[in-house]
Amino acid sequence: MGEILTLKNVSKSFDDLVVLDNVDLSVNKGEVVVIIGPSGCGKSTLLRCINGLEDIQDGTISYEGDVGMVFQSYDLFPHKTILQNLTLAPVKVKKRNKAEVNKEALELLERVGLLSKKDNYPRQLSGGQKQRVAIVRALIMHPEVLLLDEITAALDPEMVREVLDVVLSLAKEGRTMIIVTHEMQFAKAVADRVVFIDGGSIVEEGTAKDIFENPRTDRLKRFLQTFSYEE
Amino acid sequence: MFDSKVINMLLEGIGDTLYMTLGSTIIGYIVGLPLGILLNVSSEKGLKPNSVLYRILDIICNIIRSIPFLILLILLIPFTKLVVGQSYGSTATIVPLVVCASAYIARVVESSLNEVDQGVIEAAKAMGASNRQIILKVLLVEARTSLVTGFTITTGLLLGYSAMSGTVGGGGLGDIAVRYGYYRWQTDIMIVTVILLIIIFQIIQYIGTKVALKLDHRKR
Repeated sequence: MGEILTLKNVSKSFDDLVVLDNVDLSVNKGEVVVIIGPSGCGKSTLLRCINGLEDIQDGTISYEGDVGMVFQSYDLFPHKTILQNLTLAPVKVKKRNKAEVNKEALELLERVGLLSKKDNYPRQLSGGQKQRVAIVRALIMHPEVLLLDEITAALDPEMVREVLDVVLSLAKEGRTMIIVTHEMQFAKAVADRVVFIDGGSIVEEGTAKDIFENPRTDRLKRFLQTFSYEE
Repeated sequence: MFDSKVINMLLEGIGDTLYMTLGSTIIGYIVGLPLGILLNVSSEKGLKPNSVLYRILDIICNIIRSIPFLILLILLIPFTKLVVGQSYGSTATIVPLVVCASAYIARVVESSLNEVDQGVIEAAKAMGASNRQIILKVLLVEARTSLVTGFTITTGLLLGYSAMSGTVGGGGLGDIAVRYGYYRWQTDIMIVTVILLIIIFQIIQYIGTKVALKLDHRKR
């Protein structure tokens, strides 16, 4: 299993503010990398740099194939039906055959349990349903790497599970993913590797067991403590 | 109440008014829509920021919009003569109306496009869409309710401006209202022309609101 995505010395700043400072990261095919860290540490910016939504000032980012992304706020096209949301980019951007794309879209919707919603508009769906559609919309572009940016952060608690179950099933079938999340239990369950970012650089990385049970740095220990409630 | 001569004149006036209003709206959109797209795309947060281009378009639009229409009408007389061969009549009125409308439409279109959720545009970018595809398939589609509302407001505005051009021999209902109502004290004709303008305005607004509502999939 070879490297599919490589970041070397990536630095990014907004004017004077350094957001990413010399980040090195490589992801192997089929690997699930979970990125954790305090708010504003540069996690989301890292994902946005990988798929080109932000410019980088220094370093290189290389990957094979396409990168797909799912956002915190779903960002479905409000004036298009669920099916149209899925087929727009493959047909217009990838110039794929419409009938074939339609067929695939329906299969994917079936898989996430939303086939009956194909002719609905996004406003008629719950947050969890919208996010499942957004995942499918990324999948139908056949990305080599899928980036998930806090995809449950805007959801009501009871809807988090249905979305994370979809992600878990994708992990099981060997999809390469980079996931930014604040759901630590989910991170433990899904991650092949956990990366802790603070202040724009990678402070610690390792297996979920290493990171959550034997944190080495004080910064990671402090960060993890904010998630536990001991009396 | 009126003899057939007056009725015919009023009917002709309605025709001229609709001709000027719709003619200038349509030509205005042919010029103003691309301008509005350019303003949105070249702005700081646009798809392809270009501060020089934005500044130039911005200033031109502001200048045109800050000149009172009646003055613009007079200032443009030489240009109007050049384009249509005469400076009076309803066809001639379309020229200054289009100039005024283009700047106004460019602004209305720009602000409609600005309202499109940045996240949706980023989602399209993340899927590898080109700027052209984003403009045609995302921006214009997602802004459509607001674009139709802007179209309705613009048409209403131009209806009013076309009537104003009546003071300088522009033709249409405004012209009739000024000639008969103001210069000849035939108040009844003036009142009828005003009522006709109100009715036309109501119809435009009614259709515009209906279409906008029909196109809106965001709520309801």
